[in-house]
Amino acid sequence: MTKEWRPRIVAFFCNWCTYTAADLAGVSRMKYASNVRVIRLMCSGRVDPQFVLDALTRGADGVLIGGCHPGDCHYAEGNYKMLRRFQLLKRLLRDMGIEEERVRLEWISAAEGDKVKAVINEMTEQLMKLGPLGLPQRFEEWDKEVTRLEEEIRGDAAGAGCACAAKLQKPAAASKSEVAHV
Amino acid sequence: MQSTKENTRIGFYVCHCGHNIAAMVDCADVAKYVKGLPNVVLSRDYKYMCSDPGQELIQKDIREYNLNRVVVASCSPLLHEHTFRSATAAGGLNPYYFHMVNIREHDSWVHTDRGEATAKAKALAHAAIDRVAFHKALETKTVKINPDALVVGGGIAGIHAAMTLANAGKKVYLVEREPSIGGHMAKFDKTFPTLDCAACILTPKMSEVGAHPNITLWSYSEVAQVDGYVGNYKVRVKRKPRYISEERCIGCMDCISQCVFKEPKFEDEFNEGLGKRKPVYIPFPQATPQIVVIDPNVCLNFKRAKGPDGTPIVSDKCKKTCVEACGDKNAIDFTQKEEIKEIEVGTIIVATGFKTFDSKRIPGYGYGIYKNVYTALEIERLVNASGPTGGEVILREGKNPDGSPKHPKSIGIIHCVGSRDKKTNIWCSRVCCMYSMKLAHLLKEHTDAEVYNFYIDIRAPGKGYEEFYNKLLDEGVHFIRGRVGEVTDWAMTPEEEGKLVIRVEDTLAGYVRRIPVDMVVLSSGLEPQADAQDVRRLFNMSCGTEGFFLERHPKLAPVNTFTDGIFIAGACQGPRDIPDTVAQAGAAAAEALVLIDKGYVEQEPNTAFILDEECSGCKSCVPLCPYSAILYDETRKKAHINEALCKGCGTCVGACPSGSIVQNLFEDEQIFSEIQGVLAYD
Repeated sequence: MTKEWRPRIVAFFCNWCTYTAADLAGVSRMKYASNVRVIRLMCSGRVDPQFVLDALTRGADGVLIGGCHPGDCHYAEGNYKMLRRFQLLKRLLRDMGIEEERVRLEWISAAEGDKVKAVINEMTEQLMKLGPLGLPQRFEEWDKEVTRLEEEIRGDAAGAGCACAAKLQKPAAASKSEVAHV
Repeated sequence: MQSTKENTRIGFYVCHCGHNIAAMVDCADVAKYVKGLPNVVLSRDYKYMCSDPGQELIQKDIREYNLNRVVVASCSPLLHEHTFRSATAAGGLNPYYFHMVNIREHDSWVHTDRGEATAKAKALAHAAIDRVAFHKALETKTVKINPDALVVGGGIAGIHAAMTLANAGKKVYLVEREPSIGGHMAKFDKTFPTLDCAACILTPKMSEVGAHPNITLWSYSEVAQVDGYVGNYKVRVKRKPRYISEERCIGCMDCISQCVFKEPKFEDEFNEGLGKRKPVYIPFPQATPQIVVIDPNVCLNFKRAKGPDGTPIVSDKCKKTCVEACGDKNAIDFTQKEEIKEIEVGTIIVATGFKTFDSKRIPGYGYGIYKNVYTALEIERLVNASGPTGGEVILREGKNPDGSPKHPKSIGIIHCVGSRDKKTNIWCSRVCCMYSMKLAHLLKEHTDAEVYNFYIDIRAPGKGYEEFYNKLLDEGVHFIRGRVGEVTDWAMTPEEEGKLVIRVEDTLAGYVRRIPVDMVVLSSGLEPQADAQDVRRLFNMSCGTEGFFLERHPKLAPVNTFTDGIFIAGACQGPRDIPDTVAQAGAAAAEALVLIDKGYVEQEPNTAFILDEECSGCKSCVPLCPYSAILYDETRKKAHINEALCKGCGTCVGACPSGSIVQNLFEDEQIFSEIQGVLAYD
């Protein structure tokens, strides 16, 4: 890559607060980093943890979820539901070895265009420090590793019977890739 | 995945929006990139997609190229999604085969590198192309509109909105927190720049409201709860006890004169504490409704006894001369309790107004410290013929040598108190320059004093406003440009003895001046009501950072809120003067009438439904729905969503463990394809 590496952030913004805030940032001509790609949902409560995992799996370096402030949800409490899911998701991501800063939940009201700018800039900076997540590349490597192991085992099995049970369990990475694919 | 199997033919349009997008995004390049994506039949860039020719282009292309999907990359969908859906429909397609990409607010306006902005536009366009293939034909739901309306707040905004609706033949509930409608305007003496008497133009409107057959006026009441949705709101209104039967009181006010308190003793809220009232009182002579009210906190009969819930209770300690005076009208009812009224309305106009900045927050100006420092609202009452002094401007402190009340000989009016100041409120309150000049004129007229205005800038943008400023200059009112540093009673020269000294840097003359005056008037700015946040939550509205209610769009939907069927009018949305308030109230009423007279509203078909064959009957979704739209069918062991109750948040969809709930317009595959799309272009 000749171009300087820039993190790619997929953002899920709720229609009523954060998406509108991002519109406000636009109307106010605030300037922020260009590497965020916003997907509009009606409510942060619609964010399925699978969306986050899918985005990371497909090459996002970070995911930003934006919803209304607690108590301000257009749908009464969708943002609380998201918050609960987010707590569980964070644990899962930690176990998968994904840094906490990569997935972020922010409450941004329709009036807080400046917060959209601040959050995106801050997150971009943090991700620049962390470097690429590169899950697709990792998957390829893990797949190669598994293929190599398989071949190794097949070779062993053909040669000296089946003393391969221990080897099969060894690569923890293989099971990880399965988890992320779910 | 059935939708990809059919022959998807996408038309893509990228809008230049003049220079708004084209200056930062290479539109031709985006169109070229999208042309190469799967299923794209046609990809164009065009100067203004939202213009008539732009929309006709879509319609023509649909027919000529046999398109069955349309994607437009332009501004925010919150602005023009509806426009392009209509164009798609006019071209003969289901409008929901359209998808919109925001490359203006989210791209060209916020980025500075043309290459990066173009790359982002491509990524977002790619996502839309991937997504739109999964779009399905949907039917718009319609919801009936209850023709009755609710207006919250009985200031000039609420009065005008209620009258407009009622004159159009609609039934209106007008709810006001205070014992009388009228709001701030009722307290004013004259209105700028025409100097017509506020009461003369307002009170006829107030009595019209009181007498209008289509208006149910509930004063001394507050909205307690709002449920439902556009066209079908269920509202609970709390009617506070005024200890007077509204049906029986005829407004004779005999009870007031016969009260055991011979003299008014208690602070009069309407006169800003400058006058006194009795425990039984009417806020002001032209109050609407003409019904007295008893203040239980000071009425002897309550003796300040508190019930278990903290509300005053009757102790029967008083001779109750008021009851005697009322006689067989029998209107006084000490046992009255708070009452909850339930009403059903289709539309709501929120006109809850403003409060003035608390001048004590700037101690340097001496309000609350020096008695002869007044707020502008106090001066309004002081110069008012029906005010506590009958319109005579007398100082709170100081007497003439003969013991008579003292009139000010010099007056300083300080502009921008709590406005345009990073330490208090940064916004301009818009009305203070004009009302300061109005008060300068009135005070000069009443007292012939020397009047000094201390201003930062004179903001007089309005019909006849600048002319009013010129008139004041001709009248000999002094204008000193500079923000006042402090007001002090510390005299440095014999002339300053016994006076209040205003210390200010005269920025035109270029030196610091000390101006001794008898009276200081603080032109305090406008702020959101203290309970604006609660009111906002009640009606599911948004607030700006400063706390004023947020309009749906600052230019195109200034009286709409993000909640359909709820409109805002007047100073609750931001500081504004009476002409603007009335205009806005009329606009809000017109918007409500659009809904009422149409009789129905089309709703986004973004509701959720359950795929029966996938549902395992785990009931995870049931408690998640804030609208109780999901029911569990015991016989079939499946969940079921009541489409009429569903508001389309999608929370249940995100939570369903078996993926058996689908939200229209936000289906899983649509979003997954969008994720894939945004990441497809590096």
